[in-house]
Formats: sequence, C-alpha cells, structure tokens
Amino acid sequence: MPWDRNQMAARAAQELQDGWYVNLGIGIPTLVSNYIPEGIEVTLQSENGMLGMGPFPIEGEEDPDLINAGKQTITELPHSAYFDSAQSFGMIRGGKIAMAILGAMEVAENGDLANWMIPGKLVKGMGGAMDLVAGVGRVVVVMDHANKHGQSKLLKECTLPLTGQGVVDRIITNLGVLDVVEGGLKIVELADGVTEQELRDLTEATLVA
Amino acid sequence: MKKVYGSAADALDGLLFDGMFIAAGGFGLCGIPELLLDAIKEAGTKNLTFASNNAGVDDFGIGTLLQTRQVKKMISSYVGENAEFMRQYLSGELELEFNPQGTLAERMRAGGCGIPGFYTKTGVGTVIADGKEHKEFPTGPDGTAETYIMEPGIFADLSIVKAWKADTTGNLVFRKTARNFNPPAAMCGKVCVVEVEEIVEPGTLDPDTIHLPGIYVHRLIQGEHEKRIEQRTTRPAA
Repeated sequence: MPWDRNQMAARAAQELQDGWYVNLGIGIPTLVSNYIPEGIEVTLQSENGMLGMGPFPIEGEEDPDLINAGKQTITELPHSAYFDSAQSFGMIRGGKIAMAILGAMEVAENGDLANWMIPGKLVKGMGGAMDLVAGVGRVVVVMDHANKHGQSKLLKECTLPLTGQGVVDRIITNLGVLDVVEGGLKIVELADGVTEQELRDLTEATLVA
Repeated sequence: MKKVYGSAADALDGLLFDGMFIAAGGFGLCGIPELLLDAIKEAGTKNLTFASNNAGVDDFGIGTLLQTRQVKKMISSYVGENAEFMRQYLSGELELEFNPQGTLAERMRAGGCGIPGFYTKTGVGTVIADGKEHKEFPTGPDGTAETYIMEPGIFADLSIVKAWKADTTGNLVFRKTARNFNPPAAMCGKVCVVEVEEIVEPGTLDPDTIHLPGIYVHRLIQGEHEKRIEQRTTRPAA
C-alpha cells in the first residue's frame, strides 16, 4: 500500500533532528508538526516573522496580529520570538534554518524543483519558496510520486518554471524515499508493500544504485 | 518638530502625486496600513506603483485601490487572494513584478540603508534571474564558486506603515507577526507616514524595546483599526 498524506507526513517527521530550526510549507508539510518524534525538540519558523510557531488558537482566542505564512491564525509558545520580514529572510538566506519541508509539482533528477507556477494558469506568486530553497541547509520535498494522470512527477528535467536549481536533497513520495545523488535519484526506502518495480514504473528520472 | 497629525488625510497632505512609488508594510491583511490606504483612495492619486508583499483582498487593503483603478504596478511576492487584481492583471491593465518574498524584504531594507543593490542566490536559474547581473563568489564548500544575482534596493517616494504603539517622536513598537514588512518598508521611503493604535508620551516606552527608532518616522497618526482576519483557524478546546 502506498503511503497516505499522514503517513508521508509521519515519514517526513523522521527527518527532523533535535535542536533544529525548521520551516514547513503549506499542505502535507504542515501535517509534519503532528508527528514530531518524542525526545526531539524542533522550533518551527513562520517566514512572516516568527520562531516557535504554536498550534491554532481555540475559538475566541484568535489574534489578527498573530498569523502564519499561510495567513492562518496561530498561537505563540513560551520560547517564541518575533522579527521583521528582512530579518526572517536573513536567517533563511543566511543558512540558519536547518531544513525546509515543502511540496512540489515536479522534481528533476539533478535536484531542480518546480512548485510555483503553471504557464497559462493563474499565477499567484512564489511567496517565500525561492528564498527558502536557495537558503536553508537541507530541502526535503513531500509529494505524490505521479500526477492524477499517472505521469511521473520525478523527471529527467522539469517542464515547469523552476523555483530553484539543484536545490532538492531528499524526496518523500507516497511510494517511498529517494535522495538526489550524483547521476540521478537513489532509492532510500520503499513504502510498506510497494515494490521497487512499482516505484521504477512511475519514475521518469534516472535511478542510480 | 511635530510628527503627530490629526488624521490620515492630514498626515498625507502634500505628499501624494500621480505616478508615485509607495512602499507599504503588511503581510496578507496582517499589519497593513489600512487607514492610510483609505486616505490614498479618498485622495484619488493615480498611476501608483506599490512595493507590497501582497495586494490585499477585494474590499480591504490595497484591493480597494484596485477597485478605483489607482494602481499601475505591483511589486509583490504573492497576490492570490484578490479577484479584481487577477482580472486587471490578465487584461493587461495592471503591471506585476513578482519578487521572491525575502528578496522584496531585503530590497526595501537595502534601499533604507543606502545600499543600491545586493547579491543573492535566491532565484538563480529561474525566470527571476532573467536579465539580471550574475556574479560568482567563493562561498561554496572549500571556497568553490557559487552563482549569485544582483537585486536592486528599493527607493520609494513614500512609506506607509502600521505599528502598534508610538511615542510622539515616532519611536515604534510592533505587535507579534504584524511587524512583518513594516520596518523594512518604513526605512526605504523618502518620507514615512505611520499609523498606530496608540500614541504615548516620550518616556512611556522602554528605549530598550523600541523596534524601529523615530529617525525613520516623519508623520504619525493614531486611529481605530479593523484588523481583519484572512483565515480564521482554530483547534477544539481541550
């Protein structure tokens, strides 16, 4: 059985290390915060200007001055800190954020990432995605292995406009875990019950041993 | 020198002109200078260029100036929440320059610090880098070369900013994530007008807790803010 959204998020949470400052993107990456392993303390950054992002507020305690990068109301934690957008992206660009976990439309075998625009469709903007992938220590992508037409999203070359060039380190899909290495992608792990052949059949990118 | 004005319209008097370039603080609808934007709408100033991370929603923030066709160009990182914006953009009435969010913030900060341009890795190898100066620096492992692009600082005619509290000399304190783009936006304009929820006497704010010193602030108003929430999300009470 391929992993579902929550299982992908739980697998991504295994990438976290104690003491890390981490930025989680919108969608499945947001779910990662539900699966942080016991004994591991990570501080979540929200790129609109906060470290130590807390959970959603209970009803009646929403604060319009306290939102995350997805514009959702959130709460603060005892160790939270606030700062302006220039400093926020200073710590991103400056490599202080250990890891970003984010979604993607396409990843290429050389680590190119496309996740912000589809030509001819409504373009909303890249937000902070280009800054994050260019700046953080490690980029982990969480996404489905293939699109809804059964076409691989792990490609030899991206067809969509890039968010970053050669920036992806690891890809966690519904079929398994792959690393970007010299010459292509390397299978690190298969989802329970998924065979290597099944994963290969849905991978256009070069797979290396 | 008197910095405190009676209303947003008073504070903007003599500063507005058609075709001007305005840097605005805020992220989404959080910490936007809503009173000053309303006053610019009332003033009817046209052909405005805005450097602002977002474009508001249809009936709040910069979105209201789109309804009145006062905006010529937006420099933003994300504009997804605004139907009228998309209509004007797709019909060619509105120019749009996408900047990566951190690049936009740093362009403002740099402009405010007298830095005409800076090099960044953000956007290298993407459409953002098209036509920009590329330069290598030995910042990679063991001094290997990495490619950067040059991004220009932003020098705006006017900064409009929302803070939480100010003293009468313009020292500012922001609140939680409503700080966001407000300090860098405040820094990069020739003139900076700030709206706050409360103006206090000097000596009331602890000098050690000032987020942006009054040297950046030229005019100041106090007012009532709607502070609309864009995405109200909650968890069940335990």
